[in-house]
Amino acid sequence: MSDAMVRAEAVHKSYGRLAVLKGIWLEVMPREVLCLIGPSGSGKSTFLRCINHLEKIDAGRLWVDGELVGYRQQGSRLYELRDREVCRKRSEIGMVFQRFNLFPHMTALENVAEAPVLVKGEPKAAVLERARALLERVGLSDKAGAYPNQLSGGQAQRVAIARALAMQPKLMLFDEPTSALDPELVGEVLDVMRRLAEDGMTMVVVTHEMGFAREVGDTLAFMDGGVVVEAGKPREVLASPQHERTKSFLSKVL
Amino acid sequence: MDAVPPAAAQPGDAGRPEAIKAVPVRHPGRWLAALVVAVGLGGLGYSMATTHNYEWDVVGQYFTSTRVVNGLLATLVLTALAMLIGVSLGTVLAVVRLSTNPLLRSASWLYIWFFRGTPVLVQILFWNNISALYKTIVIGIPAGPAFFHFSANSVITPLVAALLGLGLNEAAYMAEIVRAGILSVDQGQHEAAQALGMTRLQTMRRIVLPQAMRIIIPPTGNETISMLKTTSLVSVIAYAELLYSVQLIYSVNFKTIPLLIVASIWYLIVTSVLTVGQYYLERHFGRGSARELPPTALQRLRRMLFTFHAQPPEPPSSVPSASQRHDQR
Repeated sequence: MSDAMVRAEAVHKSYGRLAVLKGIWLEVMPREVLCLIGPSGSGKSTFLRCINHLEKIDAGRLWVDGELVGYRQQGSRLYELRDREVCRKRSEIGMVFQRFNLFPHMTALENVAEAPVLVKGEPKAAVLERARALLERVGLSDKAGAYPNQLSGGQAQRVAIARALAMQPKLMLFDEPTSALDPELVGEVLDVMRRLAEDGMTMVVVTHEMGFAREVGDTLAFMDGGVVVEAGKPREVLASPQHERTKSFLSKVL
Repeated sequence: MDAVPPAAAQPGDAGRPEAIKAVPVRHPGRWLAALVVAVGLGGLGYSMATTHNYEWDVVGQYFTSTRVVNGLLATLVLTALAMLIGVSLGTVLAVVRLSTNPLLRSASWLYIWFFRGTPVLVQILFWNNISALYKTIVIGIPAGPAFFHFSANSVITPLVAALLGLGLNEAAYMAEIVRAGILSVDQGQHEAAQALGMTRLQTMRRIVLPQAMRIIIPPTGNETISMLKTTSLVSVIAYAELLYSVQLIYSVNFKTIPLLIVASIWYLIVTSVLTVGQYYLERHFGRGSARELPPTALQRLRRMLFTFHAQPPEPPSSVPSASQRHDQR
């Protein structure tokens, strides 16, 4: 077993008769930032959701930090994990959604502090202190008492990042974190993500921000039709794509 | 093309034109309708004040009599307990109805079908006569050992029959209300909670149900008010709630109308109190859905008194302006 943080071998996933993932092979090393790009419907988001078992994979194997996702292997047999074990593993992986999905009935601070207290049973006072520090880290210490609908999209997404970080995850998943934002608010979210990458967080980022992928990404993977068409150093892939499909996609978005 | 006049482009400066003073449109139809209603209400008030058969003195005499007050208390207790059963069992039924287990799902559906499909009066009578069906109530394993034996007559008192009839029926309605509330919560909320490692139960309790409350509270308030009045059906099994208490009094002194008025006034008073309570509950669970909470009755009164002749309202301050949105980092 390699010491990869995420390792996918021939991951397949179908919704009914629609095959979305047709054999994904990938590796993300600790402290690495992997950017997934590709046209819509190429399976990027689905693959991301498989990593924390929000979706079940149909075939292949997927490991996070050396442990199978959603299953336990004994001999040649796979056993489904109990809900509680799935939840424990999810709690070690942070996820940020396109539409923020903040809890609207809680203030920004409560959003950040909720899960560590509820899921990990950490003492509330310590969590609140950490939550305040996290809000400060994403530049929102003055918004602690605001409800999500009083925040701009960029602020909401930064709270969502702080919420995920509050669980002290070993891996962060970003599902098109800037796609629902007004253009002038994209930068503030990417800044937070860039600093997170500089601090050594392992990240898988589904994105359409090619600039971010080039500057922050360690690896860029282009997905199309449920497979990884090509992957490599972002600068090289973006500058001289090897595959025809990559070329035509990049010519449309760059 | 003409340039836009500077006065329109820069409101509030010296070039602002005179404020419009126009003759308002008259509405003779509205005046007529208001007149008809006023005459009708006046006639009704006059008749209520002068018709002897209302016997307002009798109303006053019995309004706070011990038996009436005890009946009122029984009605309140019955309403509270029946709603407690209804809400808790209804929530369980709703969650079960949304479960992935088809047997559990169908059982919940069957319950709702049965209890919504039969009149609550019939159900109350059924529970009250349950001893004719089962002499003893046994808790144990079917066709196996029994753990507890009860005589149905000693366990099913009129109060228990009333609570079972009202509460179990209410649970069926509450189940549908809670289910609608749960389904109204965005799927993304489930995902966000799961991604943070919350279990299904934690997600339901901390994330989904509090948000569903906004949808659940208004119809539940209606159900409570409706329950308050439905408890009067329990008079048929001789449980001394408000209606049965006044019936007992007027069956002796034949002051039927005044005593029915006593009961009606009490129902109206409690209903009014519940309506106010519902407003504050809705306000509490509305947190985060509106940018600003609606005013309380007191705030509204204050605003009405102090801003009556004030200047035009200021622009809402809680909406972030474009410049504020670019917050400092």
